[in-house]
Amino acid sequence: MTAVIEPTVDLDGLAVAARGVTRTFGDRTVLRGLDVDLRPGEFVALLGRSGSGKSTFLRALAGLDDGVEGEIHVPVARSVVFQDPRLLPWASVLDNVVLGLGGARGEAATAGRAALAEVGLDGHERDWPKTLSGGEAQRAALARALVREPALLLLDEPFGALDALTRIRMHALVQQLHARHAPAVLLVTHDVDEAVLLADRVLVLTDGRISLDEVVDVPSPRLRGDDRFIALRSRLLAELGVDEGAEGNRPAGATPAGTLT
Amino acid sequence: MTDLAVTTGRTGRRRTTAASGTTGTPGTSTSPHAVSAADEPVALTRLATGRTARSSRRLGIPRGVERLVGVVLFIALWETAAQVGWLRSDILAGPSTALTAGVDLWKDGTLPSSLWASLQRVGWGLGLGIPIGTVLALFAGLSRIGDDVVDANLQMLRFVPIIALQPLLVVWLGVGETVKVTMIVIGVAFPIYVNTSVAIKSIDPKYRELSDVVGLSRGQLIRRVVLPGALPGFLVGLRLATAIAWLLLVFAETINATSGIGFMMARAQVFFQTDVIVVGLVTYAVLGLLSDGLVRFIERRLLTWQPGR
Repeated sequence: MTAVIEPTVDLDGLAVAARGVTRTFGDRTVLRGLDVDLRPGEFVALLGRSGSGKSTFLRALAGLDDGVEGEIHVPVARSVVFQDPRLLPWASVLDNVVLGLGGARGEAATAGRAALAEVGLDGHERDWPKTLSGGEAQRAALARALVREPALLLLDEPFGALDALTRIRMHALVQQLHARHAPAVLLVTHDVDEAVLLADRVLVLTDGRISLDEVVDVPSPRLRGDDRFIALRSRLLAELGVDEGAEGNRPAGATPAGTLT
Repeated sequence: MTDLAVTTGRTGRRRTTAASGTTGTPGTSTSPHAVSAADEPVALTRLATGRTARSSRRLGIPRGVERLVGVVLFIALWETAAQVGWLRSDILAGPSTALTAGVDLWKDGTLPSSLWASLQRVGWGLGLGIPIGTVLALFAGLSRIGDDVVDANLQMLRFVPIIALQPLLVVWLGVGETVKVTMIVIGVAFPIYVNTSVAIKSIDPKYRELSDVVGLSRGQLIRRVVLPGALPGFLVGLRLATAIAWLLLVFAETINATSGIGFMMARAQVFFQTDVIVVGLVTYAVLGLLSDGLVRFIERRLLTWQPGR
């Protein structure tokens, strides 16, 4: 779909080049000519309200959507982590991690064990997925993505189904893994804090277009209490059409949330 | 803060809070209900927990033994009826008479040879019917053509009672072993086909998407996703298939047979040997139970990965 056609863009120094990406479902246009670039190793968060088409865009980059139009260049080595861990219930954790991995069986198993150790799941190689907790299962899914040594890692709301405490630990893990392996990352999320915490750059998808493209200028370690964190968070929430509800910020004449009138 | 005062304060204080709650957040607006409910004493019940909960239901007897009590009681009644003379032996032989007959039939070689003949038929029937059903299910479950050609026809034929095919099969195949085995093969192939093909089609499409993402070949997709995913359905089909195999065996053996348990029973019928008939019935029951137990055992071994096992 993508590699055969001669590129019309200069791909030099890019891990992802998407031009004019358009997707229509029936008479509903979800993506309207998106232009998105990712540099190698860049961590980009794509924010959007539910139904904004952010997952549609990720699926297009993953090569899972053959109804998409436009020009898309992505690395051959790419991995996806979905919102659900999507482990095959009938395969052991290790077999899930190395699923479809080419090369010698022994080599694959060694790489799989290493990836499991990296996400803190060593000792669970022979377990059935049903014995894992939600967070452990999602870490196994991360290991499955990493073992392929992707140049592009696509994360489709991977922490959405996890509890708050597990999510914090997963954020730290993803930061570590990104620092160590340095793939380009596209993180699709509706969690503004998560985006500001993890990403180098944040995109907001509104009405099928990128309405905001901003570099995250918050020094690490990024803390939620940091002024720049809070300022960016507010800007992003406003862009997403969310009124934070603070007394001073409320526009005149607006009805405060939760009040019966 | 207001909520805290409501729950911790004394009744009078709560009333005051509720009455003065004109600032009107949703939290305080519900407090009048909470106050009136809190004034009433709540009826409590102690739940049965731990040992109390279990011992109240059972006296420590294993469930299997408990179930046997009913069976033993039934056999005792039957035996008494036969001994006292309420049950004439040409109507139905008693358990002890049947047991003696069974031992005699085993010693003179009638029972072993009949058993062997019957087992062979069921063996062939399952041995051919299972792979035929499975291959057809894979064909129908994995390709559009297969679904159109195989599934549409088999779903229609499924409603023809297999026993009703007997006259036609006899015309084609005669009255020998072939027709008996063929009937069992057909009877076995259907439940295997139906359950396996449904299982293949109901494999979560998310797993197919996953196999695209990790780059599985078609062969790998079948081996790693389709076959293990369809296994639970296949095993349901297998249990049905074994039950049907015995059923059709009985039918095939009572018509035009010269060997087998059914033939043994049909011959006994001529001489009103009800004890031999009972031996035949018990043999069928035992064979059915054993094969069902075997399939259950296979299920337990192969499906340890299933949640809830």
